[in-house]
Amino acid sequence: MDAMTEKTTHADTVEFYGARVNSRLLLGTAQYPSPAILAEAIRASGTEIVTVSLRRESGVAKSGQSFWQIIRDLGVKVLPNTAGCKTVKEAITTAEMARELFGTPWVKLEVIGEDDTLQPDVFGLVEAARTLVRDGFQVFPYTTEDLVVAEKLISAGCEVLMPWGAPIGSGRGLNNPYGLRSMRAHFPGIPLVVDAGVGVPSHAAAAMEMGYDAVLLNTAVAKAGDPVRMARAFARAIEAGREALIADPMEVRDMAAPSTPVMGRAVLGQ
Amino acid sequence: MKIIVNGEAADTRAGTLAALLAELGLGDAIVATAVNGAMVRAVKREATPIADGDRVEILAPMQGG
Repeated sequence: MDAMTEKTTHADTVEFYGARVNSRLLLGTAQYPSPAILAEAIRASGTEIVTVSLRRESGVAKSGQSFWQIIRDLGVKVLPNTAGCKTVKEAITTAEMARELFGTPWVKLEVIGEDDTLQPDVFGLVEAARTLVRDGFQVFPYTTEDLVVAEKLISAGCEVLMPWGAPIGSGRGLNNPYGLRSMRAHFPGIPLVVDAGVGVPSHAAAAMEMGYDAVLLNTAVAKAGDPVRMARAFARAIEAGREALIADPMEVRDMAAPSTPVMGRAVLGQ
Repeated sequence: MKIIVNGEAADTRAGTLAALLAELGLGDAIVATAVNGAMVRAVKREATPIADGDRVEILAPMQGG
């Protein structure tokens, strides 16, 4: 990499609610084989933002306290989620508790509408987003690629949108590339993050080539045979996809076009 | 006094939410609390009484996606 390219790459940051980060990978912290592997994967990924949640603490195990120590030691920003919430009230209360616990106005807002697909309840999502923004939260809504819902979330005060690639934990990649491309085209000024459903680094690269600002994933890294290596692979794929977008890819065509010059070709037959 | 803590039946002599946390060994822990579905901020725990049948949630930072 020459000095010029390197400079360009480093200047290519992304901003969420005024917070500028270099890494376009947001990483979940659940389902890793061990706390040590979680910490190593976070380091290997280069991520600056990790998602966390709130769960019941037992006075005996106190597992939440040791987890929180690991995250604090890593020095990354945290994005608390409202995972598992099915009603607006539950999501709002969880967000309020998360704000106090983690000391951040950021919240990854999930209002789940359906168990099999963990599909967002977009009606509840918009309602909860409106209330939370009014209450001073900076909301990262986990949504679908529906443009009308997206408009309503923006009207509610969301300055970031996080459409799903595929159902959470499915690893299916980008289920609706057309929908995601439309969304990118409709909201050129809004930071867009593909959240959920990403399975392998090529899915993440594809999202970045489409012009998405970042990718949020968890299971694809945590459930890989070697999560640390996979975290590194995702980091590289996301950088590659972003570089490719900036580099302006060639046009796709239906028929072949020779890449080797035709002019000056020797006549060797006959 | 019988209450529900994190979904499980519990017997307590704690008069306040702060006392309950101390009784559970969570006096210094980083937790968020709710009583009967409503959040109780850390600064309000001393002044929040616990009554028979209350449902208390004590939540901590946890892994999430």
